[in-house]
Amino acid sequence: MSSSHIDLNKRHSEKPAFSPERMAQVKELMNRVPEGKHKSALIRILHMAEEDFGGWLSIETMDYVAEILNIQPIEVYEVATFYTMFNLEPVGKYVFEVCRTGPCMLVGSDQIIEYIENKLDIKVGETTKDGMFTLKTAECLGACGYGPMLQCGKKYHEHLTKERVDEIIIAYRSGEIPN
Amino acid sequence: MGRKILLEHDHIPGIETFDVYRKNGGYRSVEKALKSMSPEQIVEEVQKSGLRGRGGAGFPTGMKWSFLAKPEGVPRYLLCNADESEPGTFKDRYLMERIPHLLIEGMIVSSFALGANLSFIYIRGEYMWILDILEKAIDEAYEKGFLGKNILGSGYDLDLRVMPGGGAYICGEETALIESLEGKRGNPRMKPPFPAVKGLWGCPTVVNNVESIAAVVPIVNDGGDEYAKIGLGKSTGTKLISAGGNLVRPGVYEIEMGITVEEFIYGDDYCRGIANNKKLKACVPGGSSVPILPAHLVTKTAAGEDRLMTYESLADGGFASGSMLGSGGFIVFDEDQCIVRNTWNFARFYAHESCGQCSPCREGTGWMEKVLHRLEIGQGNMRDIDLLAEINKKIEGNTICPLGDAAAWPVAAAIRHFREEFEWHVTHPQEAQTRNYGLLKDVTLA
Repeated sequence: MSSSHIDLNKRHSEKPAFSPERMAQVKELMNRVPEGKHKSALIRILHMAEEDFGGWLSIETMDYVAEILNIQPIEVYEVATFYTMFNLEPVGKYVFEVCRTGPCMLVGSDQIIEYIENKLDIKVGETTKDGMFTLKTAECLGACGYGPMLQCGKKYHEHLTKERVDEIIIAYRSGEIPN
Repeated sequence: MGRKILLEHDHIPGIETFDVYRKNGGYRSVEKALKSMSPEQIVEEVQKSGLRGRGGAGFPTGMKWSFLAKPEGVPRYLLCNADESEPGTFKDRYLMERIPHLLIEGMIVSSFALGANLSFIYIRGEYMWILDILEKAIDEAYEKGFLGKNILGSGYDLDLRVMPGGGAYICGEETALIESLEGKRGNPRMKPPFPAVKGLWGCPTVVNNVESIAAVVPIVNDGGDEYAKIGLGKSTGTKLISAGGNLVRPGVYEIEMGITVEEFIYGDDYCRGIANNKKLKACVPGGSSVPILPAHLVTKTAAGEDRLMTYESLADGGFASGSMLGSGGFIVFDEDQCIVRNTWNFARFYAHESCGQCSPCREGTGWMEKVLHRLEIGQGNMRDIDLLAEINKKIEGNTICPLGDAAAWPVAAAIRHFREEFEWHVTHPQEAQTRNYGLLKDVTLA
């Protein structure tokens, strides 16, 4: 089981708030389902909240989402801790999630993970001192024919080699999203 | 090269847009269905086609549809399962990225057939960029009058929405998918009641895989009988196979069911053999949950017949010497791969993905992962191998959903076919860490 825990010491200092444009999107999502079933929009709203509030879900963020959906905070906590995509503690600006499952392992994902660890001088689960990168591993991301691969935000970086990893890191450092 | 019916147009530039898709014959099935067919007729055509669920279980789609309860005044739902998370499987992704309108077209005719007015595509959260592609295509379909109120003047209304998951393999199980769609943890439900009676928000619901829904388009266009002519025996139609691992040309292929496994692995139209001029060691033909086959049982059955890419032939020999077509996640291992390491890797996957609801699965998958890990790193003993089989038996059949079975089968099969390699890890603890056992019977045991 992969359920993660909420660390009460990790907090946002201010109460988060969606921009008016984002709030309009959120309301639209809630209206896409029959009346009274708007809780269905929870997972998608959590993805949005994570994107807007620093790449992770604090208790403040989760409580805010519960308020919007008019549900109990626990209903948000139990969902946020169940799904592995949600970060429950602060992460770097870019989160590298390297697939480590069978088909990727067959084509060298272990070596890629080790290479990134050395390159960024962090272990899996850690964030670089400058706050730029967090390294994580992920279970099968559905890129089995194009491995080794890593996901960063919405982007899949596939057919990784050491050289390719170098290029990707350089690009992100200079504020570009590499292809 | 076999006939392509789903990916026929995948190479055409701009096929992801409505206009190009339409010019190439897109949305004909919607016109045909809404203007000249009754919902019952469509269900009948799907039954005649022999189409079997493409997500992994292979249950006849038409039969699944016929089970849908239709109480008066209660909405019915069609959910498309785009949670694709079975290791080795990346076919639905290809279809949705390249030809999103094919899935939307299939959703429209299928929803019409089932009497659903609000349908959902549940897509795994990691595929967020595909969600964008689908939503763009859905917007186009609304604009052109293929979604929304009174589609093509038929009086039929349909809204189609895409909902993302949050990273959980279990949500590919249909009742977990429903829970997740309701905004909850993906804990599978007890069956019965089946979703066909009580599914999303307690209403009758059908859950179908992306590829199954897409296959409804050619079935409606050409008729179920025509579709049934493609393929072999009860394995009708074409199948998307996603091939990965140590292959010259991994990727997604649409095959006509009935080609030989040999042709698929070595043929010029398909994977072109094992990468780096190495030898084939083993193959998992249908996603990580199905039994692994050693080289001599990959291209031939135990009876010495050609192994074919069909539901029946891949399962020939049962679990003793066969496997399953499953999701079509075809994983190939070369001679340098370690079966113990891979079995541990898959066990770690299932331990990570168990939802934790049933103790045999929650505890058992964790135990298997630990025992396999110690075997892999040369710290196991002979009893561990039997212990694995014992844990296996205690999980299998004792859980609410099939994740427990899915975790147990690959371990059982690996030990069945590669027991010597597990034993070698016990007898050669030092070597197990620095080199691999290699090909079966190629290494003389000291």
